[in-house]
Amino acid sequence: MSRNDSTDPPVGSALIEPAKQAMLLSALYIAQEQNGYLTPEAVERTAQRLGLSERDVYSTASFYTLFRMQPVGRYVIQVCDGLSCYLADGADTVADYIGAKLGIAPGETTPDNAFSLEKVQCLASCGTAPAMRVNDQLYEHLTAAAIDAILERLMGEV
Amino acid sequence: MTQWTPVLLANVQRPNSEKIGTYLDGGGYQALRKALQMTPDEVIAEVKNSGLRGRGGAGFPTGTKWSFVPKDAPVKYLAVNTDEGEPGTFKDRLIVERDPHAILEGVIIAAYAVGAQRAFVYIRGEFFLGVKRWIKAIADAYEYGFLGKDILGSGFNLDVSVHRGAGAYICGEETAMIESLEGKRGEPRLKPPYPAQEGLWYKPTIVQNCETLANIPHIIERGAAWYAGIGTEQSKGPKIFCVSGHVNRPGNYELPLGVTLREIIEEHAGGVRYGRKVKAIIPGGASTPMLTADQLDVPMAFETLQAAGSALGTGAVIVMDEETDMVEVTRRITRFFVHESCGECTPCRVGGQRILENLDRLAAGQAEPAIMQELDRLSQGIMGLTFCPMGTGMCEPITSGMRLFRDEFTARFPESA
Repeated sequence: MSRNDSTDPPVGSALIEPAKQAMLLSALYIAQEQNGYLTPEAVERTAQRLGLSERDVYSTASFYTLFRMQPVGRYVIQVCDGLSCYLADGADTVADYIGAKLGIAPGETTPDNAFSLEKVQCLASCGTAPAMRVNDQLYEHLTAAAIDAILERLMGEV
Repeated sequence: MTQWTPVLLANVQRPNSEKIGTYLDGGGYQALRKALQMTPDEVIAEVKNSGLRGRGGAGFPTGTKWSFVPKDAPVKYLAVNTDEGEPGTFKDRLIVERDPHAILEGVIIAAYAVGAQRAFVYIRGEFFLGVKRWIKAIADAYEYGFLGKDILGSGFNLDVSVHRGAGAYICGEETAMIESLEGKRGEPRLKPPYPAQEGLWYKPTIVQNCETLANIPHIIERGAAWYAGIGTEQSKGPKIFCVSGHVNRPGNYELPLGVTLREIIEEHAGGVRYGRKVKAIIPGGASTPMLTADQLDVPMAFETLQAAGSALGTGAVIVMDEETDMVEVTRRITRFFVHESCGECTPCRVGGQRILENLDRLAAGQAEPAIMQELDRLSQGIMGLTFCPMGTGMCEPITSGMRLFRDEFTARFPESA
């Protein structure tokens, strides 16, 4: 038998509806949309809607890097820190370049809350390295000129 | 040079390749029609006889896995692994974005074979375009009668839905994916029981990689004998090799299994950049042991790579030239695995952190010679001692890197040492 049997309620338990719990990741994406991160109120509402405890919701949410518990900038720049991006002279080079332009280090947000900079794990763009994401948009084959153009366009939209 | 007309990547370069009309024009969903004329057991036998082995890393025989599903179980599931995250791997993203129906046709045939009426696509949260392409492909397949009730008049029913992951490498491991699909932390389950017996909500569940599923329509359409005629003794069929790192033409190359590393790197990927020489190769993604330049003639197949001390893994070939700092490469790979360790098993969680701290000290020139034994000792305390294969995968690059490039490691000791 699975080790989970001892700790998890069995399927069909009155405590947790499996089908509802399965919607938790989707629900958290929706809950995160409004403020860019999971506010305590959003977690509470999510728990109520799905019949889960707030503890269950935090437990799951905190496991996944795309769910945030802290505010972030309007544009979250995620620079791929993978091995292939490093070999393609990306990774550190790209993150340092963007960090210098925005005046922030990875993990920080600009004072106007426009940009957050993060280093993330392999984005599966190794054949088109270096790569990064800005919110849900993927950018590949990065060069200094390409990064300049992307940042300039985003700054115009802030 | 090996002559090969792409099968899996035949569609991806065509305009509008992701649309159902394009897929149908190219003969799409004919294999599904054929499969539905066969009995489920005949489909399983065909896949078994083809010799197809999983393309997600473990290489388990696909037909054999399907035959493990209990026939009398009332509810069975299929989970489609689009959680591609093994560093160096970028093939599934390509197929999902450019040819999602090729995978979906494989999904429907696989579900029919094992008797699953419900399939779940689990896709990396980062693959935003992929999510959209999966949703559109599934919606169109419903409209054409390839999904839903009584598919093509066969009496077979199948519903498919898409579920986004949210940034966790470990969820590519099948039992972690199952936990995540259930809305929980993606912590692997102890095996056995294997998912084919007890998976999603403890029902029999087949978890299959996208590239694996994309092979299924071709096996059904052209037959097991055709497929088994491609490749080597124990590694059948075509494989998508993801080539990255210090090569002139990085990219996805579909070739028959058994092609040599040298041919992939020198002839298909255009050789090493700046005319340099190869120093090291990771042949199957970051968790597979490294190889050196004198092993370039090893055929890319499950059995030959195992004999060479490595593994085919996902077929992600990362090439490093003679200028590469192997201590830094090892440290970066370790940093990846330490970051992605789910924390469930102590050897991986704590041992990985200790290894990384030691490698950081070594790279900074602050380590004494005894560190080499310490790194070995820590690796031995992780490998094979965790629920999932990630613990071992974390250590493979470290132990192989230290063995193959020992001089580069010892050169980091302070001069007084």
